[in-house]
Amino acid sequence: MRVVLAEDLFLLRDGLVRTLREHGCEVIAVDNGPALHRALAEEAPDVAVVDVRLPPTFTDEGLQAALAARKARPGLPVLVLSQYVDQLYAQELLGGGEGAVGYLLKDRVTDTAQFIDAVRRVAAGGTVMDPQVIAKLLSRGDARGTIGGLTARERDVLELMAEGRSNAAIAAALHVSESAVAKHTAGIFTKLGIGASEDDNRRVLAVLAYLRH
Amino acid sequence: MSPVRALGRCVLRSWLLIAAWAVGAVVVLAVLLLPVGLGLLLLPASAARLRALSDRARVWARPVREPPPLNPDRNLTRRRQAGAIIGAESFWRDLVWAAIEPAVGGALVALPQSLVLFGVFGAFVQPFIWRAIDDGNWYAFIPVNSTPTMLAALALGLAFIAAGLRLAEPALRLHGRWTRLLLAAPRSAQLARRVEQLTGTRTDALDAQAAELRRIERDLHDGAQARLIALGMTLDNATRLLDTDPEAARGLLLDVRATSSRALADLRDLVHGIHPPVLADRGLVDAVRSLALDSFLDVEVRADLEGRLPAPLESAAYFAVSEALANAAKHSGGRNVTVAMTHDGEILRVTVTDDGHGGAALDGGTGLSGVRRRLGTFDGTLVLQSPPGGPTTVTMEIPCASSSPKTSSC
Repeated sequence: MRVVLAEDLFLLRDGLVRTLREHGCEVIAVDNGPALHRALAEEAPDVAVVDVRLPPTFTDEGLQAALAARKARPGLPVLVLSQYVDQLYAQELLGGGEGAVGYLLKDRVTDTAQFIDAVRRVAAGGTVMDPQVIAKLLSRGDARGTIGGLTARERDVLELMAEGRSNAAIAAALHVSESAVAKHTAGIFTKLGIGASEDDNRRVLAVLAYLRH
Repeated sequence: MSPVRALGRCVLRSWLLIAAWAVGAVVVLAVLLLPVGLGLLLLPASAARLRALSDRARVWARPVREPPPLNPDRNLTRRRQAGAIIGAESFWRDLVWAAIEPAVGGALVALPQSLVLFGVFGAFVQPFIWRAIDDGNWYAFIPVNSTPTMLAALALGLAFIAAGLRLAEPALRLHGRWTRLLLAAPRSAQLARRVEQLTGTRTDALDAQAAELRRIERDLHDGAQARLIALGMTLDNATRLLDTDPEAARGLLLDVRATSSRALADLRDLVHGIHPPVLADRGLVDAVRSLALDSFLDVEVRADLEGRLPAPLESAAYFAVSEALANAAKHSGGRNVTVAMTHDGEILRVTVTDDGHGGAALDGGTGLSGVRRRLGTFDGTLVLQSPPGGPTTVTMEIPCASSSPKTSSC
């Protein structure tokens, strides 16, 4: 897997390069916005792992580069890492509606297995959203009464589903069987009035669209 | 301005100064009656009435800065109220105005009116009455006793009317200048007032800054710092257990990871409270859009702003909108909010309107009074309109020139 990695802090970049290489990725690492623009255009990566804030502006240079690259090449898998998550940025990343995006807090890289899993899922066209983004969406849904009809268990499943987990992963996280998860997801879709989909990614996007509305 | 309109204004001003003269007389009477106590009752009300009249004159003469209204604290004794009025420089300015204005300003605005009135007499009255009057009927310098002289008087009357109308506007202008001369606070008084205001807002700003630093210090101390200490201790334990009980050491290391994540979360919240990253990245409009996405209400953001505003201004406006949205979510009972932001090159105007039940007040512990204080540092204003039944509108205006000249590119 070819990965373009953009991260300006040396220690973090070094650690990420090592982690990705250990897991069999070929890594092209850059440390600023213009270099990221070039790498995304020329290196044809399978996935880009991008820090939001990059030199020279130290604003959202990385995110802008990622969004521009996705405009030029729709569906280019991009995993955005940031010190904080913002709903506006999540919205912009999800905006195209084609998936293959991830948006995670930088903290999550400390759990290597989960981080690599996220990179692989995004590269495969999946959607990965940070639990914090989802927690905010859910508390908003609670306050607005849009997810009031769900049981506590269904709410847990919805949360993990919105983060982009597969049924198998949800089952493992909640220590229940996969068929139980399938039953819960069916319940959620009926209660919220979302058209069920066999395709995992479509399912995630539908749930996110529902929560963001 | 049309001459007729200008003439109408002259008439209005005449009435005003007649009223001023009358009220001024009452005020003088009140001052004279102070020693016998009756003045104590009379002075506050009459002085306030006089101020209302002089303020009207100030509004008409436009560029005059209005002194603070005469409203001594109602809780003070009558003696102190009277003392405060007598001690106010602007009170004496009002009184001098009431005394001199009828003579000087009155003559000015009376001139065009008299010309027109006299002209009307010559042009529209003389033609009908000259036959009925014997010799000695004069109009100005014309003895009106025949048709030709009557026609001359008519022509002269029309000329007077024309002259009166022509003079109305210059007379108004001159009168405006005269009013400014009498009623404008002297520059030193204006500056003194400005210094007083700046000292007040500076104190607010310094207090707010000190409180903010204390909060940051406390948050770091109780949050990230404490967690880092815990982290060090857990790591130490894990190191000791590494050989004897690797399984327990492993558990401790997992704890370390969880603690480090919590420390990061603490720092993240802290940073967000100081200066939200999205504000730094994108500026005010996108930062407010981000707030809108976080809000539990349906928030529509309308923005007519181009480019970036000076950083202190963006920050103040952002936190003000944040507070207004939080209030709307907590107290309004509404569902929809509109945030509108416009900027005309001089003033940033932000309105936050909700469709709730209204009845909000600035002193209701809503946090908006804090926002108002904060905007005061920028010479900004906050106005809350919240009639019972709604809707509630918070209007904030911040002049751009007031922020640092280094960055005021707006």
